[in-house]
Amino acid sequence: MKRQELMVAAIENGTVIDHIPSNKLFQVVSLLGLEHLKTAVMVGYNLPSAKMGLKSIIKVDGKYFSDEELNTLSVVAPNVTLCIIKDYEVVEKKCVTLPTTITGIVKCNNPKCITNNEPMQTRFVLTDAEAGTLQCQYCKKEQPLENVKLTSKISI
Amino acid sequence: MNPQRSFVTIADLSREKILYLIRMAEEFEAFPNRDLLKNRIVATLFFEPSTRTRLSFETAANRLGAKVIGFTDPKVTSSTKGETLKDTIMMVSNYADVIVMRHYLEGAAQYASEVSPVPVVNAGDGANQHPSQTMLDLYSIYKTQGRLDDLNILLVGDLKYGRTVHSLLMAMRHFNPTFHFIAPKELAMPEEYKVYCREHGIRYEEHEDFNADVIAKADILYMTRVQRERFTDLMEYERVKDVYILRAAMLNKARENMKILHPLPRVNEIAYDVDNDPHAYYFEQARNGLYARQAIISDVLGFTLEDVQNNKLQL
Repeated sequence: MKRQELMVAAIENGTVIDHIPSNKLFQVVSLLGLEHLKTAVMVGYNLPSAKMGLKSIIKVDGKYFSDEELNTLSVVAPNVTLCIIKDYEVVEKKCVTLPTTITGIVKCNNPKCITNNEPMQTRFVLTDAEAGTLQCQYCKKEQPLENVKLTSKISI
Repeated sequence: MNPQRSFVTIADLSREKILYLIRMAEEFEAFPNRDLLKNRIVATLFFEPSTRTRLSFETAANRLGAKVIGFTDPKVTSSTKGETLKDTIMMVSNYADVIVMRHYLEGAAQYASEVSPVPVVNAGDGANQHPSQTMLDLYSIYKTQGRLDDLNILLVGDLKYGRTVHSLLMAMRHFNPTFHFIAPKELAMPEEYKVYCREHGIRYEEHEDFNADVIAKADILYMTRVQRERFTDLMEYERVKDVYILRAAMLNKARENMKILHPLPRVNEIAYDVDNDPHAYYFEQARNGLYARQAIISDVLGFTLEDVQNNKLQL
């Protein structure tokens, strides 16, 4: 086990979300709704990482997420690694993939878009996976994935 | 919910659907006054004023025998009290069979079509779409050229903000057009539409000069207004404002079949001496809006071309 991971207690069963860019940590927390969990959640913030400089890690005890839930992370942190833990062992490693349709997560950056003026969910389609371009399905404006803002319901 | 019957954007319409609506518009032009929509109620909800579009839709509904309800000024509605668009749509859908909506926010028509139990016709949503304008443009092109395929179309003026030229460009992708973009640098066709052209195999050329030699290439000359308020640099506006004015003298090399279109209102971009030229078509074009909108309303209410052909009873 790597030294950094030891800085956060190991879990018996659950999910480890590693290699989170530190400035995205709290967005990841709110995207997965971790603040509503009743089980133990351990957060390591600003840990040294050879690959990333500083990274963050989250260990969620006794909780497995659906692929759909985990894939929402790709909007803010596409390069996280996910480890599924059973009996203190990593039984599966996963990467997140960007869904082709993203509902209710990303805020449209067009102030004249209906989604910013009506209590409703946003809906974006990934129009260019390589360039990371999202298109609002209401006003049809495009925006790059790298500087998306999250809708107020989940952003912090 | 019936979003598939709504008329929200031109971008999704197939070649067949466009030609089908044009066939329907032709039927309405032959017999504009009918009782096809007798006992139907059309609601026209104009969250921003647009007299021209509203009159055209209301005339279309009236000439088909429908009754019209609605508002022309949002100040008189509950939206000023903070009512959501959804609530207004749900309320009106209790009364009307179809909702024709103009809204100042982009994407409002798409959202209305998702929440509305009755079909929604987009009569313009902010800077986004104005698909009934595009239908009447297509109908005008078809009527004057006898076809939509293989045409040379000059788009002149404000190609950056002009939603009519963007929608026309997208709708024409089925018909192998060649576009010529003629605009000042500040109002040039945005890159995303040039990418769209390349992705869909649409040929285009860009010009900054607007003269008889360029006009000689055109089957359709589509003029738009260069608006002062679009310029960040007013010096630039002063420099270009008179460059994109069409005058009768510029038409001496024009093809015989060439027609001049303009979504109206015009200010000074078409000189008045063009009005009597046989190439001028913009006033007839506006009348075509009536037939195009009769077709759109009938189609979203589920009437087929056959229904229209069998309904020639004059009111």
